[in-house]
Amino acid sequence: MSALVEVKNLKKYFETPRGMLHAVDDVSFSIEKSKTMGVVGESGCGKSTLGRVIIHLLDSTDGSIYFEGEDITRVNSQKLRKLRDNMKIIFQDPFSSLNPRMTVEQTIMEPLTISGRYTRKERQEEAERLMAMVGIDHRLRLSYPHELDGGRRQRVGIGRALALNPKFIVCDEPVSALDVSISAQVLNLLQDLQDKFGLTYMFVTHDLSVVRLISDDICVMYLGQLVETCPSKELFKKPLHPYTQALISAVPSTDIHHKKERILLEGEITSPIHPKPGCRFAKRCIHECKACHEPQQLEEVLPNHLVSCCRVREINSF
Amino acid sequence: MLSSATTEGKSKIKRQSEFLVVARRLSQNSSASIGFVVAVFLVVMAIFAPLIAPYSYAKQDLAHTRAAPSAQHIFGTDELGRDVFSRIVWGSRFSLTIGVLAVLIGTAVGMLFGAIAGYFGGVVDDIIMRLMDVLQSIPGILLVITISVVLGPGLFNTLLALSVGGIPMSCRLTRAAVLGVRHQEYLEAATSINASTPRIILRHVLPNSFAPVLVSSTMSIGNVIMMAAMLSFIGLGVQPPTPEWGSMISGGRSLIRTCPWMVTFPGIFIMLTVLALNMFGDGLRDALDPKLKK
Amino acid sequence: MTSNNGPFLSVKDLVVEYTAEGQVIHAVNGISFELERGRTFGLVGETGAGKTSTAKAILRILPDPPAKIRGGKIYLDGEDLLKISEKEMRRIRGRKVSMIFQDPMTALNPIMKVGEQIAEVIKLHNDITWREANERAVKMLELVGIPGDRCGEYPHQFSGGMKQRVIIAMALACSPELLLADEPTTALDVTIQAQVLEMIAKLKKDFNTSMIMISHNLGVVAEVCDDLAVIYAGEIIESGSKEAIFDHPTHPYTVGLFKAVPHLDDETDRLSPISGLPPDPSNLPAGCHFNPRCPLVTEQCRSEKIALREIEPGHFCRCIRVKELEGEYVRVG
Repeated sequence: MSALVEVKNLKKYFETPRGMLHAVDDVSFSIEKSKTMGVVGESGCGKSTLGRVIIHLLDSTDGSIYFEGEDITRVNSQKLRKLRDNMKIIFQDPFSSLNPRMTVEQTIMEPLTISGRYTRKERQEEAERLMAMVGIDHRLRLSYPHELDGGRRQRVGIGRALALNPKFIVCDEPVSALDVSISAQVLNLLQDLQDKFGLTYMFVTHDLSVVRLISDDICVMYLGQLVETCPSKELFKKPLHPYTQALISAVPSTDIHHKKERILLEGEITSPIHPKPGCRFAKRCIHECKACHEPQQLEEVLPNHLVSCCRVREINSF
Repeated sequence: MLSSATTEGKSKIKRQSEFLVVARRLSQNSSASIGFVVAVFLVVMAIFAPLIAPYSYAKQDLAHTRAAPSAQHIFGTDELGRDVFSRIVWGSRFSLTIGVLAVLIGTAVGMLFGAIAGYFGGVVDDIIMRLMDVLQSIPGILLVITISVVLGPGLFNTLLALSVGGIPMSCRLTRAAVLGVRHQEYLEAATSINASTPRIILRHVLPNSFAPVLVSSTMSIGNVIMMAAMLSFIGLGVQPPTPEWGSMISGGRSLIRTCPWMVTFPGIFIMLTVLALNMFGDGLRDALDPKLKK
Repeated sequence: MTSNNGPFLSVKDLVVEYTAEGQVIHAVNGISFELERGRTFGLVGETGAGKTSTAKAILRILPDPPAKIRGGKIYLDGEDLLKISEKEMRRIRGRKVSMIFQDPMTALNPIMKVGEQIAEVIKLHNDITWREANERAVKMLELVGIPGDRCGEYPHQFSGGMKQRVIIAMALACSPELLLADEPTTALDVTIQAQVLEMIAKLKKDFNTSMIMISHNLGVVAEVCDDLAVIYAGEIIESGSKEAIFDHPTHPYTVGLFKAVPHLDDETDRLSPISGLPPDPSNLPAGCHFNPRCPLVTEQCRSEKIALREIEPGHFCRCIRVKELEGEYVRVG
């Protein structure tokens, strides 16, 4: 078992004036070393919250988190500091994720400065090395974020994340805000870095085409619940959960010669505040039945393919 | 639709530090430039006072009291024969120093409180803001007078009294700016790279929250100078023979009909200072507005 | 308004410039295209390519300053929109030509009830009472799948997808003949996007509306458009029917775009990005604007202005290296 990161029954609830928001509700999966776990879902599914809870930017409400086999759910501040060297995050918005008053060099160097383990000269050399690694011209080291385009800003964010050789990186929609031709460059960069350094990624996105490209395994989330998880190729060949099926069919295809069979969902994505028990997708599901309103179990329906749906076998006729 | 691409070609990379951008914008704003020039002129006058003023500010010439402006005394003399022009030139030192220092102290203290209130929120925020409410609920003039009375007259005490009035405003402005910045992802990023809370506040929060405070502080210098003048006017604040502009007006008020120059000239200079700083502050606000960038 | 036998909309050599802080930004550099009645035309390109400026120019809602239409003609039903008065233009906006903007979050007035906003558009263009306008507004809401009794609610009470539907209801309220849709589904979730696209398709069919769809998403374009043009640096670099472009993308930028985008039905696990950065519209490269990034660039590309050439019937491409590209097609499905 070479799982680098594992979560078991992880829950994160927020108290809001309108009630308890179940952002992440009983999610369990594991990520193997040097692999990419794609976490995909639409608004309110909790994928971004999940990433932040795993790396302790937010406290979990319940459940456990394991890193390299060790339980890191509740850690003291000293252990947390060491953990943070190993677990980093890349943000979605290339502008707000960089301090507008810090230069490229200062931003990339900051983790090194904080660690206190480098002299000034070493920090500058390391920053230079990191900039080269993520493809930023060294002449830009004194530039400010507003002088750079989105793609370069994202590279700065990646450079900052790599500063202390982390093992695990949460990529929170890193290319969603970038232009098409630039996002391809950044995706390639992430893949190259993974090949070179054996990095483990949790790649959060709403874009199914991107997640297919970059992930080894995928988790599909809906309103805080994990509805399906399996290897990436399998998800697109054989999606089993009705939500996954609808999601995949909703993506507009560039194949103009084969008209897609589209499953249109009725209604809206509801809010995860004070939800009723059972499957949260049930109300929009064409296969809804009484049993759907009981708490669902995530079960291994096919080898390595887990689904949280009481009617999964019937729906897919096996 | 404007693209966000850089101006980088294969050759030069055009770097513009934010300071230069702001400076350029300011220079293009005519009223801000005028305000800046006048302010510089006043500062120069203050610095080189000994060289500019023909007489010492305390030198009395009892043979020529209440003299109208003439070649010898271009702004005339006051009731003790002191040269009004010299007193104004020397007075700029005191007035400007009081203005700038009081604002500096008030702003710094206010910013610290505001940053803490905005960043931590909750009970800390409540306590600090209620304190500010109390301070602000007392009319500025009254507050300054009360503290002045308690502390007594003199330059240093005047400074303290005047700085307290500036704390709530800069506290609120900083707090508002901090609240705006609090949800920026670069703060989360700083946490993820193990930055300590003081580091986050000093390195990430404050530098991005001070712009509104900068503008408001620049414009309040004029206000503080007026308050100092008013304090002197009612007998608090700086004491004679210190040539603070306000005390000069106060000293001359009973003679305003017969010797208007004793009151007019200090008044003009106060007005010039306030106007210059306000024009500059206005221009600064526009120049710092990020929405006007590119 | 004259009717003619030509195309419904004809844009000729449109040039739009923005002037900001002394710099001139060449947003649109001579764009020409035609649209037949009832068809959907796609404008595909990345940020800053000039697609939105083109659409706003058609509606004459470009902010002036800093934008200025420096040249070109826009014939709608035979009438040049750039020559008519502002008063006449107001009669056309919302009635004959309507626009759906990109961001549903900011396109609605937050302090006005949703029903009123739709009714306002209706009342402006029809000589009817407020009561009638409100009734029609309710009907429009139901047409876009929102319960009519929600007409008294405010925008913040609706989700992103529903806001976009309200905007679509507003745009279609006066049954426009031409609909300009600027990335109408970019800000929406995938499943909601599917609903909204279906709805737009249906309404288009029912009303026989002509549409210009602006998007950077090739999937959306494939689904919705009949013909399309690919825009780069304010110019059309390739145009033709959907089949022509998706089956035979020819211009190196178009080819690069297809290769740089992950396709759902594609088995590859590595993208081929287009090298370099999008061009700076205030400082465009000489010759072909794409030349710094083009894998097939020659000296001629760097010095000459390249014209659009017809490479197949109805399929145009602005590239002198096209002959070498023939036979090399990107398979996308």
